[in-house]
Amino acid sequence: MPDGGIGASNKRREDVRFLTGKGRYTDDFNRPDQTYVWFLRSDVAHGRIRKLDISAAEQMPGVVKIFTAADFASAGGIPAGWMVTDRFGQPMKEPKHPILAEGKVRHVGDPIAAVVAETRAQARDAAEAIELDIEELPAVVDMRAALADGASLVHEEAGTNLCYDWGFVEDNRDAVDAAIKAAPHVTTLELVNNRLVPNAMEPRAAIGEYDAADDQHTLYTTSQNPHVIRLLMGAFVLGIPEQKLRVVAPDVGGGFGSKIFHYAEEAFVTAAAKAVGRPVKWTSTRSEAFMSDAHGRDHVTRIELATDLQGKFLAIRSTTLANMGAYLSTFAPSIPTYLHGTLMAGNYTTPLIYVNVRAVFTNTVPVDAYRGAGRPEATFQLERVVDKAARELGIDPIEIRRKNFVKPDQYPYQTPVAVNYDTGNYDATMDKLVEIADVAGFPARKAESAARGKLRGLGISSYIEACGIAPSNLVGQLGARAGLYEAATVRVNPTGGITVFTGSHSHGQGHETTFPQVVASMLGIDPGQIEISHGDTAKVPFGMGTYGSRSLAVGGSAIVKAMDKIIAKAKKIAAHLMEASEADIELKDGRFSVAGTDRSVAWTDVTLAAYVPHNYPLEQIEPGLEETAFYDPSNFTYPAGCYACEVEVDPETGVVSVLGFAAADDFGNVVNPMIVEGQVHGGIAQGIGQAMLEAAGYDADGQLVTGSYMDYAMPRSNDVPSYKVDHSCVTPCTHNPLGVKGCGEAGAIGSPPAFVNAVLDALNGGGIAVDHINMPLTPSRVWAAIQAARA
Amino acid sequence: MYAFELVRPATVADAVKALAAEGAQALGGGQTLIPTLKARLASPATLVSLAGIAELRGVTTGDGQVRIKGGTPHAVVAREAGAYPALAWLADHIGDPHVRNRGTIGGSLANNDPSACYPAAALASGAVIVTNAREIAADDFFQGMFTTALEEGEIITEVIFPIPQAAHYEKLRQPASRFPLVAVFVARYPGGVRVAVTGASENGVFRWTEAETALSNDFRAEALKGLAVDPDGMIGDLHGTPEYRAQLAGALTGRAVAAAG
Amino acid sequence: MPQVSMTVNGRKVTGEVEGRTLLVDFLREGLRLTGTHVGCDTAQCGACVVHVDGRSVKACNIFALEADGTEVTTIEGIAKDGALSVVQAAFQTHHGLQCGFCTPGMVMTATSLLAENPDPSEAEIREYLEGNICRCTGYHNIVKAIRAAATELGAARVAAE
Repeated sequence: MPDGGIGASNKRREDVRFLTGKGRYTDDFNRPDQTYVWFLRSDVAHGRIRKLDISAAEQMPGVVKIFTAADFASAGGIPAGWMVTDRFGQPMKEPKHPILAEGKVRHVGDPIAAVVAETRAQARDAAEAIELDIEELPAVVDMRAALADGASLVHEEAGTNLCYDWGFVEDNRDAVDAAIKAAPHVTTLELVNNRLVPNAMEPRAAIGEYDAADDQHTLYTTSQNPHVIRLLMGAFVLGIPEQKLRVVAPDVGGGFGSKIFHYAEEAFVTAAAKAVGRPVKWTSTRSEAFMSDAHGRDHVTRIELATDLQGKFLAIRSTTLANMGAYLSTFAPSIPTYLHGTLMAGNYTTPLIYVNVRAVFTNTVPVDAYRGAGRPEATFQLERVVDKAARELGIDPIEIRRKNFVKPDQYPYQTPVAVNYDTGNYDATMDKLVEIADVAGFPARKAESAARGKLRGLGISSYIEACGIAPSNLVGQLGARAGLYEAATVRVNPTGGITVFTGSHSHGQGHETTFPQVVASMLGIDPGQIEISHGDTAKVPFGMGTYGSRSLAVGGSAIVKAMDKIIAKAKKIAAHLMEASEADIELKDGRFSVAGTDRSVAWTDVTLAAYVPHNYPLEQIEPGLEETAFYDPSNFTYPAGCYACEVEVDPETGVVSVLGFAAADDFGNVVNPMIVEGQVHGGIAQGIGQAMLEAAGYDADGQLVTGSYMDYAMPRSNDVPSYKVDHSCVTPCTHNPLGVKGCGEAGAIGSPPAFVNAVLDALNGGGIAVDHINMPLTPSRVWAAIQAARA
Repeated sequence: MYAFELVRPATVADAVKALAAEGAQALGGGQTLIPTLKARLASPATLVSLAGIAELRGVTTGDGQVRIKGGTPHAVVAREAGAYPALAWLADHIGDPHVRNRGTIGGSLANNDPSACYPAAALASGAVIVTNAREIAADDFFQGMFTTALEEGEIITEVIFPIPQAAHYEKLRQPASRFPLVAVFVARYPGGVRVAVTGASENGVFRWTEAETALSNDFRAEALKGLAVDPDGMIGDLHGTPEYRAQLAGALTGRAVAAAG
Repeated sequence: MPQVSMTVNGRKVTGEVEGRTLLVDFLREGLRLTGTHVGCDTAQCGACVVHVDGRSVKACNIFALEADGTEVTTIEGIAKDGALSVVQAAFQTHHGLQCGFCTPGMVMTATSLLAENPDPSEAEIREYLEGNICRCTGYHNIVKAIRAAATELGAARVAAE
């Protein structure tokens, strides 16, 4: 094993450029003769465009061309990548999502026209000179109101604001109803999973460029998955074949899901660059981002948990309204369904589960995947209702969880919601959590807080997620319109260095550091000899990108598969060089040797022979050493863990202080512990953000009232504590070659219920009892809940 | 931003002259004005930057007063107003370190944001706001949300704070903007106690006179028992209801008194 | 158009700007120093922090003309002779960055903090980062890196004395 292989906390090689200001983000690029676009966006939530006159604006200084929907008559709509079939066997409603509004605007921020000009300021000046008259229509914002008879329709052609009514597993519906009716105890909870704005710190940006000499389009964009953008935009929107379209996603400043999706602005700059014959650049302002980046979450849920009187779970019924916003974003239909309903078993052996989700169109920004995507929504309701049941039944919250955990001898465990857990050990992570969170010392700490007039609470949650997305044949049956494998090419250079081309895009995850650790371990060479290339469709053969905690489990496995082919071929070459049998060749520490002899050749001898094949088995194998592999997982991976949050509530002000946060995760094998811990830290902060601070709010007219950091509360350094994280409980994934499960989303999934459970623990006892407070648990809400409980 | 001309006078006199022009507006530290301009919510023809005027910077102490020139950044006040610790603390906790290096006391008072920190200090201290034209008592200066006694083109040149016997500023930050959600400045002078509340009222910073009376008789948090701010007229938004803000005004006043000792 | 002159990372520069040109735009577009980032338009995220005459400011919240005649240091001016500063190296060692977008502002802010307060507590570090938003790290490792840099700089001072 070389230094710095699998299991080593190598420092990140990408850091040097980021730390010295040499990162190359999309907005850092300027193309020769570039123009700038400013989008005229709707300032009303719902309306019919009565007049759109660009003639005066066209005369403004610097204007190159102004585009409206008429310029995109031949373009397709922005497609949804997933078709959900409803519980009656009917396809979901899938109204068109045009690049620029066609006659109607459907949310604040909906782009109506686009001004291309010599400077950004000139484009914006001219956009203000466009004469626009919109007949306002009643806005539908609340999901229940959207489904009421006579509601204003976001899409008239759909005939309804209901996108789909989905049941899972539909065949279990009656059995679950009967079990709940017959149960000795049923705990019911109604809750909101608050709408969030992902807020990657780098605002989106895109530059379109067209080379007429060979009819080639290039799009530079802030994307987590450039090949997916090429596919969706090329095939469905603009009709550009893959070989004529290059998509480059350079350094990307965070995504968290929001940069998975294909956005109208990307299609616009690509098409406009050809139309004006010059590059067209767009950089979102933060204000624009709030009204044009897909939002996350936004569920309203009622969950019922049936138990016996000893706390054994008997059945779960979950009923959710899921906000789709005004249009279906790329993954939107799949989030509240297959990434949500399938996780409703959690870590528990509940035998009967039924999930109903109605997806609703509203006059709001589209909602799609945000860190965790569906799984946080499932985990939140489950872990909240479990905590409430424990309180109602007088059982310790840790004990009720243990009583229902899937036990190590039950794997593979088939849940009643389709997924099959391959491995895990939830009691082990709970044991570890109890230790690192010092649960035993909590009563003393609570007493100390009480002496200062403060209410202290300890909240526990468990989570499991399905990630490593995803087996293509399975998701295909469920409505995915793409495969979810990953691709990798390993190019060994003549002098032994390696370039790995991966479809997994890195926008903070550290692939440039961790993937070489995997390759180095397989060969026994220094990771410094290995370069990672990603984010450019002209370089990387294919890829499905980075989301769903899939990079290592799926992308890493593709690299392993490609490396297996490289090693197999290299052994053939080594056998030839040493005149030995291929079966006797062993690879260790970067040398090939003949078993049982002292004969060996170095890795570099073999690589050189591959490219200078003077002494080479040309009749058996080709020269060169480059292999491509696609890896399609046979199952999801199932990271799981237990989280604890400790808070102190100031009853006079309602202020909640997070005093401690502990996470015990089982991610399977870990390649770079330092990076894994960093992923968990970030996820926890986003989860605390959701639970304590963040909410995208609309007023009744569909105006976004949290349109900037003045009103949308981002977690800051003094809102969160240092965290205790542990990943020493390891049950390796059984079906991928690295035994890895993925770690990117866990923190954001497990932390919101731990936080809310902690606050409610603080607010129960001492003469008050609070059942639930909807997120975010702002001081105002917490204070009001205390007042209500005291009244 | 809309286009404008930026001028940088070196003296107050030149600034006043420049501000007399049609569409001219003063630019202090710009920490509030520049974001407003970015959102195209203002369209001055000329911005008159006060940042280069040396006579507008500095903190002096003497005669029981701290005198702060209008263009002094918060960070400088934090370092140099040590004779009035509650005021220095307040200046040291406005916004963030970068904002404090640019934002100025004059800019903050002239803007009179209903959630700004400095108006609470000025009002609770009975400060005198000195302009190029006159002196204005704090009680006359603040005239409701974003409204002051300043005339068009009038520049705050200095703010005079009498140093109290005891004082404390207690604030709870709005979690997004980090402005005060509600904050209370309590200052005790030989002539009585003054209590100013910011962030809470739809009319901007205000004096809580009932509390002042009670505290002037008995400067202990217990003296506030039975007193409450009326939620009527308090701000209600997604960060807090009027009732909540009224509660905070009361609770933070008690804490400020306890801390002021 | 008005002309502006300043010293940026030790180099004298001059350029033509509009009144409305922000310092960050002059740096990024005029000088092509793209390490200073723009993450918001309400002066809150801190991705654009630079030092003007030794004090940290948000380059998106000061006009280029207001920086006329000043000494400006950007993230590109922090590493000396190709060697990371102690703060930069600590960020790498302690994994204080992920996507890297907020990182220039964080490094500039941390550098200011340690100049003002060489031995800050964790709470002081967290308070000083009030105006810098990071979405990736959860701040844990940023705080750890700054604390480690303070310790290292402190040891270096002791050794020098």
